[in-house]
Amino acid sequence: MSTPFYVSPQQAMADRAEYARKGIARGRSLVVLQYADGIVFVGENPSRALHKFSEIYDRIGFAAAGKYNEYENLRIGGVRYADLRGYTYDRDDVTARGLANVYAQTLGTIFSSTAEKPYEVELVVAEVGETVEGDQIYRLPHDGSIVDEHGSVAVGGNAELISNYLDQRHQDGMSLSEALQLAVQALSREANGTQREIPAERLEVAVLDRTRPQQRKFKRIVGPQLSRLLEAGGPATEAESAEDAGDAGDGE
Amino acid sequence: MEANTRSTGRLPAAFLTPGSSSFMDFLSEHQPELLPGKRQLPPVQGVVEAPHGTTIVAVTFRGGVILAGDRRATMGNMIAQRDIEKVFPADEYSAVGIAGTAGLAVEMVKLFQLELEHFEKVEGAQLSLEGKANRLSTMIRSNLGMAMQGLAVVPLFAGFDVDRAKGRIFSYDVTGGRSEEQNFAAVGSGSIFARGAMKKLYHADLSESEATTLVVQALYDAADDDSATGGPDVARRIYPIVTVITDEGFRRLTDVESAEIARSVLEKRLEQPDGPRAALL
Repeated sequence: MSTPFYVSPQQAMADRAEYARKGIARGRSLVVLQYADGIVFVGENPSRALHKFSEIYDRIGFAAAGKYNEYENLRIGGVRYADLRGYTYDRDDVTARGLANVYAQTLGTIFSSTAEKPYEVELVVAEVGETVEGDQIYRLPHDGSIVDEHGSVAVGGNAELISNYLDQRHQDGMSLSEALQLAVQALSREANGTQREIPAERLEVAVLDRTRPQQRKFKRIVGPQLSRLLEAGGPATEAESAEDAGDAGDGE
Repeated sequence: MEANTRSTGRLPAAFLTPGSSSFMDFLSEHQPELLPGKRQLPPVQGVVEAPHGTTIVAVTFRGGVILAGDRRATMGNMIAQRDIEKVFPADEYSAVGIAGTAGLAVEMVKLFQLELEHFEKVEGAQLSLEGKANRLSTMIRSNLGMAMQGLAVVPLFAGFDVDRAKGRIFSYDVTGGRSEEQNFAAVGSGSIFARGAMKKLYHADLSESEATTLVVQALYDAADDDSATGGPDVARRIYPIVTVITDEGFRRLTDVESAEIARSVLEKRLEQPDGPRAALL
């Protein structure tokens, strides 16, 4: 019988973290931004049916990068958690903070248990408030930590580059169309400083819109509405992209 | 199994186990005691007294379907509540009105709404209107034990069928038997009178505003002859709840809109107490 090699806990955790990060990096990145009337989710997704974004509850949305079956599993767990909690208590008692905590505990337990392989996912849980101040965005990396974000957040393989870009340009009180265009520009940036074109039909866009009269604020934006929002304010976009080209040059 | 809706611990295994898209199936496996149908019933002598909702009416029109209800709940010969709501949105394209034991019915509606919403979120698609109607049937059937003790719930379900582009109405009996109704339907103690009124006033080419007036006329007639149904309460400004479901989704008439219809009906009834007349032949 062979004696197992000693692996220090630091090394074991570092290996697991690297494994998870590599898995996440294989998928495309996505971004979540606050705008004047709510929160917008934007990502590149060639599939019409397999979503990266979805509704968890009235004011709460979910976004995920990484391995589909793993985040889908977490998403359904979250829907069950929210629906059960709302049914047991009241719809107002379902909060993004509560949900983010449950996800953090779940991811954390899986990450630290040596019996299970770590999940290769990075999640965003967002809740739209009555006002901009009430908006909440939580980012949940693979290891079960939890980050309270404001303004904009990017997850996935290219996240660092994209979130730097967003941090510099995102402003409070942007219109939906401005926020969406900024998100698409951010997503089209490649690690080597070049830009690619993302056609509208490869975009998945959803919003949590606080102005919706319905109790459920989550809405997918597709087809003509999406094209309209992407085209709105043409000249401003051109000026912006000229500026981008300059930035990209500086960056290299 | 621990419910774990209170603590912020890890999601229990049941939450992450692949399963059906039904919230009721999830509950029956995870926390069956929360399902109304799974409740242990105490032995009771005679009939349990509880507030009852009374009359719900529905009518189809060119662009969709209308579901409306009066506002009275009674317990025996007492008025238990004057402004009860008995018509609820089930989801974006359907609504449910309830007659029978108010407490149980409201709970059933809450679970039904959640069932449809849960399916929609998990699957990313809505159930068909038939699917929704069948789901409600299952829920009524699970209440049969209580119905036998006098705590019956009889809903009326109406929705816009997006696939067929028309409004449809489904009625139920206490055993969960489901039947699709043509043109108009009513449930509850005042339903016989409401149905009579609708029979005389209905025609296939109703507009939305005609249809909303028609249901208020029918509810007035139900209240006129059935003591358990409440008419428009002008003094307290309590008017029937009228909801419209079209291809644009569910919409409840505002209090102002429904007051306006009720007042115009009342005004005519001052001249003609029995309401509009149909031609003899």
